[in-house]
Amino acid sequence: MDIDMSMVNWARAQFALTAMYHWIFVPLTLGLSFLCAFFESIYVRTGNKEWRNLTKFWMTLFGINFAIGVATGIILEFQFGTNWSNYSWIVGDIFGAPLAIEGIFAFFLEATFFAVMFFGWNRVSKKFHLFSTWMVAVGSNLSAVWILVANGWMQNPVGMVFNPETARFEMHNFAQVIFNPVAVSKFVHTSSSGFLFASLFVLTISCWYLIKGKHIQMAKRSIIVASVFGLLSSSYVAFTGDESAYQVAQRQPMKLAAIEGLYKGETKAPIVAAGILNPKKHPGDDQDPFLVKIEIPYALSLLANRSLNSFVPGIDDLVYGNEEQGIEGVAPKITKGKKAVNNLAVFKQAQKENNSQKAELSLAKFKENQEYMGYGYLETVEEAIPPVAISYYAFHIMVALGTFFPLLFAVFLFYAMKDALTKESLKRWLLPMGLISALLGLIAQESGWIVAEVGRQPWAIYGLLPVKISTTNLAAVNVQITFFMFLGIFTLLLAAEIKIMLKQISIGPKEEL
Amino acid sequence: MISNFDYATLQQLWWIICSIIGALFLFLTLVQGGQTLLWQVAKTDLEKSLVITSLGRKWKMPFTTLVLFGGALFAAFPKFYATSFGGAYWVWMLILFSFIIQAVSYEYRKKPGNLLGPKVYELFLFINGSVGVLLIGAAVGTFYTGSNFTLDLFNRVTWDYTLMGINLRGLEAAFSLFNLSLGIFLVFNARILGALYLLNSIDLSSIPDLESRLRKNVLTSFLIALPFLLYVLISILLMKGFSVDNTGIISLVSFKYLSNLLSMPHLLVLLVLGILLVVYGVISTSYKQSNKGIWFSGLGTFFVGLVVLCLPAFNNTAFYPSKLDLQSSLTIYNASSSMYTLTTMTYVAIGIPFVLAYVVYVWKLMDSKKLTKEEVINDESY
Ligand code: HDD
Ligand code: HEM
Ligand code: HEM
Repeated sequence: MDIDMSMVNWARAQFALTAMYHWIFVPLTLGLSFLCAFFESIYVRTGNKEWRNLTKFWMTLFGINFAIGVATGIILEFQFGTNWSNYSWIVGDIFGAPLAIEGIFAFFLEATFFAVMFFGWNRVSKKFHLFSTWMVAVGSNLSAVWILVANGWMQNPVGMVFNPETARFEMHNFAQVIFNPVAVSKFVHTSSSGFLFASLFVLTISCWYLIKGKHIQMAKRSIIVASVFGLLSSSYVAFTGDESAYQVAQRQPMKLAAIEGLYKGETKAPIVAAGILNPKKHPGDDQDPFLVKIEIPYALSLLANRSLNSFVPGIDDLVYGNEEQGIEGVAPKITKGKKAVNNLAVFKQAQKENNSQKAELSLAKFKENQEYMGYGYLETVEEAIPPVAISYYAFHIMVALGTFFPLLFAVFLFYAMKDALTKESLKRWLLPMGLISALLGLIAQESGWIVAEVGRQPWAIYGLLPVKISTTNLAAVNVQITFFMFLGIFTLLLAAEIKIMLKQISIGPKEEL
Repeated sequence: MISNFDYATLQQLWWIICSIIGALFLFLTLVQGGQTLLWQVAKTDLEKSLVITSLGRKWKMPFTTLVLFGGALFAAFPKFYATSFGGAYWVWMLILFSFIIQAVSYEYRKKPGNLLGPKVYELFLFINGSVGVLLIGAAVGTFYTGSNFTLDLFNRVTWDYTLMGINLRGLEAAFSLFNLSLGIFLVFNARILGALYLLNSIDLSSIPDLESRLRKNVLTSFLIALPFLLYVLISILLMKGFSVDNTGIISLVSFKYLSNLLSMPHLLVLLVLGILLVVYGVISTSYKQSNKGIWFSGLGTFFVGLVVLCLPAFNNTAFYPSKLDLQSSLTIYNASSSMYTLTTMTYVAIGIPFVLAYVVYVWKLMDSKKLTKEEVINDESY
């Protein structure tokens, strides 16, 4: 099979572009929907109109963000078909189901109650309105469940078998697909990171009001709710992040090695808390991977295997093999994989020619090496290594920020409880920190996906299907054109969104009575 | 009970479910149709606000239904999803594009600081309602006229239709009079539905001008749509179709769709009923000043849509035929997911009626009062 690498790379770039744009808006939707529900609940409890104005203000921002989140999502949904049609056919049996379920249960919940949330203030009862707001929050987070089931399955394919007759994967256990431990840890980590991000967003805008001396009362109220929610969710993010890393270590050791910059495996492995990679380092050579580094002893063994003395394999072990630890290198896997791929082709041809004897024979040979099939498409052993520098830095940025956010919220909560947020001295350090915090949150968000997605290269389905054979048979120029179409339109719409948001923020909440 | 369904039953069931979703989408294109009416029927800013706000409360419905249509096809007929989206690349990309620009337009059009100005967002809405719906019609048309693809041993799709050396990847669907007519019919049908919906949802008592423009539009859109509908219907009755024999061999057979209609009389009944309902909705609105036309024409559209999607799939017919290589054509039996997946998804589908129920409940709740001028001026509006 001919592989048009420029098509592959444009399709990747397009996926990365659209997914990363989608992910600017989605975490805000996940979290702000709950914050709006909290605000409105307080309003309904207390009957205080100021809480209603506050709720409406945050809902306006929610709506502006929601629209563009939806616009970027529809592209992702169909992109599997347009750019990755081979992938869609090979795994559609498993991967399509969560996407369909997401549509049926989550998107309709959102779509239906969204209209009530925005236009129902005078059309339905107070209670039903509150209920609708909660349903929007539930709906958006339910959509995260299903899409992460889909993504988790790509990271850790379970619950299916390969059917040589059709040359594709078929589902045989739906429960395993849903309760895939990777999907579960992805969902808890991702949704809580959305809560965290929305809290940062509220914090940022409220700090701006405090610095400007506008809408003080509303800003203080918002900060209290956001700090409580932010403190809880950021602690939970750190906790579930640790669980995510454990899952990575157990199921995607190569990704773990890349995000830690670990080339030579070790027992009692330390973790690099901070460090600069040596850009000249190549797999298999004897150079030190780091120029400078600060280490925490034992931490990596503990994180990866929950045991201080355990062995954590590095990139070299995984690529070239390590007999002592019983790790098979990539080269023998490629050899076996190529046998599997060839035998499958012979089998399909024999079937077409109705040569049942040849078919049976090749099928038996295929089955011997079936599990290495994906490796059969790799040309060199180094191809099995994801881009190390991107994965490493993205991971470390995310973790650094993930340690910082709980502290930030704790400090804000402390001053908010003392009702001291308007103190002049805070304008010099705490409020500016709050002001940039949403941007930091966004950086952490995008880094998280870079870790997850870049770190799993070269695989679309981990260990089974490389990205490069997942594409549509399509001339690269088509994908290039649509890439720039999306880049243009999304950037334009993002600019419009930011301008509208800034305008709404400067207008501030309406003071209706 | 579901666990006892045999494979063929599940495959048929899932084609029906996908068709229902598709037909619902066609009903909901009332939003798209309304968008194309904006400049024609609304002359003042207030009228514009009324029209856009009324449509804006429903814009997510067709959008989400389209997404679900894609998702359901992906899950139940992955080979179709892969072949059609990957093959007829440009048709789908342009459709998607028209929905991207729609999604933001309601929210951003009137907001201060919106960068592009309201006119551009209104243009976006117009493009979505016209080009978007037209292309969807052309894409559905290929269920009858066929496409230019082949599938290899591993079901990888190759698309082959070049014009001056350029592979058109699906855009050639628009070169067929049949596909185009179906598309144009859908555009004008959407306009009928849009006008009917607006008549039903806005309190027009103090704006008789808007009301008479809407009523007039129902009739003119209908008169424009009619010849295209007739052309499509007559072609379907006369055209050759892609028939599958019991060994799975696909061949072109004369009057295939006519014979499908005759051997599935319930579809024939639905089709006639659907058309009559659409016509009744139009007539009662134009000549009897009724405001309830949307329910008749809407239901009619749903029925017609259902027939259009089911007719080329059942009775041993290939629903996604290939003109280049007949044997590559897709049928609901060779394009579906495995039995296990279809069974699982059928359990999931038990939830669909509940979803429909709350959608209808909330829609009724929100529309129990008509949209008034005062509301648009004082409250949240688009
Ligand atoms: C505000 C955002 C944010 C913050 C502060 C953190 N994360 Fe995170 N992380 C995400 C937002 C995120 C994410 C965007 O939600 C990802 C991308 C994919 C996913 O499942 O969640 C993610 C993925 C992700 C992965 C990859 C999972 C995979 O490849 O399947 C790991 C190992 C971690 N995170 C670990 C951590 C650790 C140890 C943190 C330390 C506190 C941390 N994250 C903070
Ligand atoms: C929303 C946040 C996401 C971001 C930021 C993101 C980012 C990326 C990036 C950067 C790539 C290209 C990797 C490379 O080639 O180096 C990629 C590829 C891909 N991602 Fe994700 N992704 C996201 C979510 C998802 C989800 C939820 C799924 C599945 C449901 C998914 C499926 C894919 C697929 C199919 C590809 C193409 C094949 C590949 O390159 O691996 N992504 N994504
Ligand atoms: C490749 C993967 C993805 C696909 C195919 C996808 C698809 C979509 C689609 C089609 C929509 C619009 C739906 C509608 O309302 O009609 C959407 C919106 C949304 N998606 Fe994604 N999505 C992806 C990644 C993600 C991820 C990783 C999450 C969360 C963890 C997510 C959460 C949401 C949410 C909350 C919305 C609602 C509105 C908003 O975006 O603000 N999506 N997505």
